[in-house]
Amino acid sequence: MVETLVTEPYSDPRQQHDAAMMGMYIFLGNEVMLFGGLFAVALYTRLVHTKEAVAASRALHYGIGGTNTAILLTSSLCIALAVEAGRQGERKLAIRWLIGAIVLGLGFLSLKGYEYLEEFQEGLMPFTGFDTAIKTPVQHLYMDLYLIATGLHALHMVIGVGLLAYLVIGLSKRWIVVPERAITLIVVGLYWHFVDAVWVFLYPVLYLAR
Amino acid sequence: MGTRTQIVVIWLVLLVLLASTVAGSLVFTGVVGLCVSLGIAFTKAGCIYWKYMHVGEQPGLLRVAAFAAGAWLSILLMFLVVDYFTRGLG
Amino acid sequence: MTDFAEAHRPSNLSQTGLSETETERVSYLRAGHSLSSWLFTTDHKRIAILYLISITFFFFVGGAAAALIRLDLLTPKADLLTNEGYNRAFTIHGVIMVWFFLIPSIPNTFGNFLVPLMIGARDLAFPRLNLLSWYIFMLAGLFTLFVLIAGGVDTGWTFYTPLSSMFAHANVVLAATAVFIAGFSSILTGINFIVTTHKLRCPGMTWGRLPLFVWSIYATSLVLVLATPVLSITLVLIAAERLFGLGIFNPALGGDPLLYQHLFWFYSHPAVYIMVLPALGVVSELVAAAAHKPIFGYQFVAGSSLAIAVIGFFVWGHHMFVAGQSMYASAVFSFLSLLVAVPSGIKVYNWTATLYKGHISLDPPFLFAMAFIGLFVVGGLTGLILAMLAVDVHVHDTYFVVAHFHYIMVGGTVSAFFGALHFWWPKMIGRKYSLVWGRLSAIFIFLGFNLTFFPQFLLGYWGMPRRYHVYAPQFQVLHVFSSTGASVLAVAYLVPFLYLFYSMRYGEPAGDNPWPAIGLEWTTPSPPPKHNFAKIPVVSGPPYDYHVEIEGKDG
Repeated sequence: MVETLVTEPYSDPRQQHDAAMMGMYIFLGNEVMLFGGLFAVALYTRLVHTKEAVAASRALHYGIGGTNTAILLTSSLCIALAVEAGRQGERKLAIRWLIGAIVLGLGFLSLKGYEYLEEFQEGLMPFTGFDTAIKTPVQHLYMDLYLIATGLHALHMVIGVGLLAYLVIGLSKRWIVVPERAITLIVVGLYWHFVDAVWVFLYPVLYLAR
Repeated sequence: MGTRTQIVVIWLVLLVLLASTVAGSLVFTGVVGLCVSLGIAFTKAGCIYWKYMHVGEQPGLLRVAAFAAGAWLSILLMFLVVDYFTRGLG
Repeated sequence: MTDFAEAHRPSNLSQTGLSETETERVSYLRAGHSLSSWLFTTDHKRIAILYLISITFFFFVGGAAAALIRLDLLTPKADLLTNEGYNRAFTIHGVIMVWFFLIPSIPNTFGNFLVPLMIGARDLAFPRLNLLSWYIFMLAGLFTLFVLIAGGVDTGWTFYTPLSSMFAHANVVLAATAVFIAGFSSILTGINFIVTTHKLRCPGMTWGRLPLFVWSIYATSLVLVLATPVLSITLVLIAAERLFGLGIFNPALGGDPLLYQHLFWFYSHPAVYIMVLPALGVVSELVAAAAHKPIFGYQFVAGSSLAIAVIGFFVWGHHMFVAGQSMYASAVFSFLSLLVAVPSGIKVYNWTATLYKGHISLDPPFLFAMAFIGLFVVGGLTGLILAMLAVDVHVHDTYFVVAHFHYIMVGGTVSAFFGALHFWWPKMIGRKYSLVWGRLSAIFIFLGFNLTFFPQFLLGYWGMPRRYHVYAPQFQVLHVFSSTGASVLAVAYLVPFLYLFYSMRYGEPAGDNPWPAIGLEWTTPSPPPKHNFAKIPVVSGPPYDYHVEIEGKDG
């Protein structure tokens, strides 16, 4: 690892690099616990109201969800390649892969928005007056959980896209110098991959309960 | 394999796992279905963590930092399961 | 002090405030005078002072709420506050005291100030994140003050559903948002301390040589990072239920109110360990310094901090024994709750062994440490009583519980906070204060505290419910004792601020090591320079390396 900009209070580059990685891993651990609360609610629903939960899950569009999963996995590919380019000092290549990830990230969000619209028009959204297709109270609960979980995830995606945009601008204007400050790309990359990993769990838990 | 090749291979593996989780949901139901889909999800997340999130390159301490929260979450989930499964009894 | 300072010491030293000595002129307090040098600082010592000022402010706001409560409880009827008003009073008391005083108190003031000094580092791992933590804390505090002005919230600090999610007519969402924001401050603090302890120890500072205060801050930080996000998501769920009519905790929609309690207490029980672990660390430092002896059983005391942090995650169900949780789960939680007392007991025994045959100096920090130990033991033993499933059924939701947690949090943590303040004040500010006044404060805090809270054990045992302000007349005598004690306590808590402020201007300069005590923080000037150490220290000996006489050898 080639980062050389060592700032106080660190005394050597390895120490500073490890501290940044460790800090990010711990922060993402904290995010695991955040989403974990939602998975606890999902576990409760699946355990205590199995039949209705499965029925509610079938009403969701697993095809759209699956496509979104593929989009997100591909955006992770772009990020991983961007980070590798950054580590090798290939500034322009890093920028291109980052833009690719941004496009895919925005694509994910658009498809999600379209999906929400579909569900709204089908009467699946748990808002009073618009929930005509919701058959059981548990399905209402399920849709609540679906909204909050995917909403929280989407919020993290928006933050992620913002961070990626910051990286693109920073690299273009050379505020961020690679490979010396590749750690910035690595750390943002960690965040993006994490948000992808959360979706990897959300998809089967919400969409594929059978 | 060069690093960039590895990155692309992992991506392909992830896509295959995605396809298999969808296929699995069409075949398996109930507890088995849950185990299959969660198992595949853990595998995918594991690939993402190990390769994309560089956990495989890190010293032991940082690996613990990466995985500790998952273990912790299982405490909450485990006790919830104990409560819900034993409420009807006694 | 250096020879240069000796030679150039002004004759009017005691009249000219904080910048007489050579040391004071280059200290962190003097490195930059403008407001922006304070508000944009990344120096952990300045951030500690910023936190100290903020949490002191919140302590007094929460204390004012307590005063209202104790005044109303002087009479059995509802003559000071309405029922609604009383609910809001105890809620805001709890919310402010828990999230805006107790949780940040020791970690963010003394932790911030001391951890880098104690491990021989120049700052924390992420100095800018440290400043951000403070800003987030202040933002959350602002939200809370706004909630207060807007009439407060009446659900209790525990926000139980379905009251909070469906029926309360008060500012639940706003209050939940304030606490949510405060949670981020905690999380960032925790990350900072963990990475700092792992990565920034000076050469020779192995884990086995760390001061016990650092061990306890590390254990606290683990809890901060793992538990707080669960609170965050739980608050989001309540807000969502209120705003969008979601039914996760609503039985009519298939939800479960007990699920809320599981999620809330999964955080809030470890949260009480966030509040007490740093205090336990402070007491270890105070005891070693007062006895001028190494802590007995260092490894056990260090390990017990980690044990408390870990086991503390497995006991949350003891708050829900009578709420509908399965009997079998309750039994498991009861057993595990008894287990968590073991590491706490280990610490108390080890402190006692440390004091045995030590050369004890009866200075204020020691008195506060003794107050802590006595009150913490009472609180801890009554905790064991509450952990017994069969007993808890009778005393749950009575004043017995109120007395238990106040013994630990106020008798314990607040005493330790004041002890830390009296021990490290000369280091932080560079001046000594009046020891006589310090001792008097410690004594009156101890007496006032017991007068306030001991009657509450009796009240609870005899059936007085908590969160009620209308009560049966036979309880009045005990309530009057309690309220009288509260007024003594209030004065006793105010007095230290007077003589400590006085010392800033008129106190004698402290020198590097006024007590004297052993620890890296005492090897640097008081107040420390901005960069902590002229040269990063190299450690080669054990911690608490006090000279210990061996019988028959030194004669």
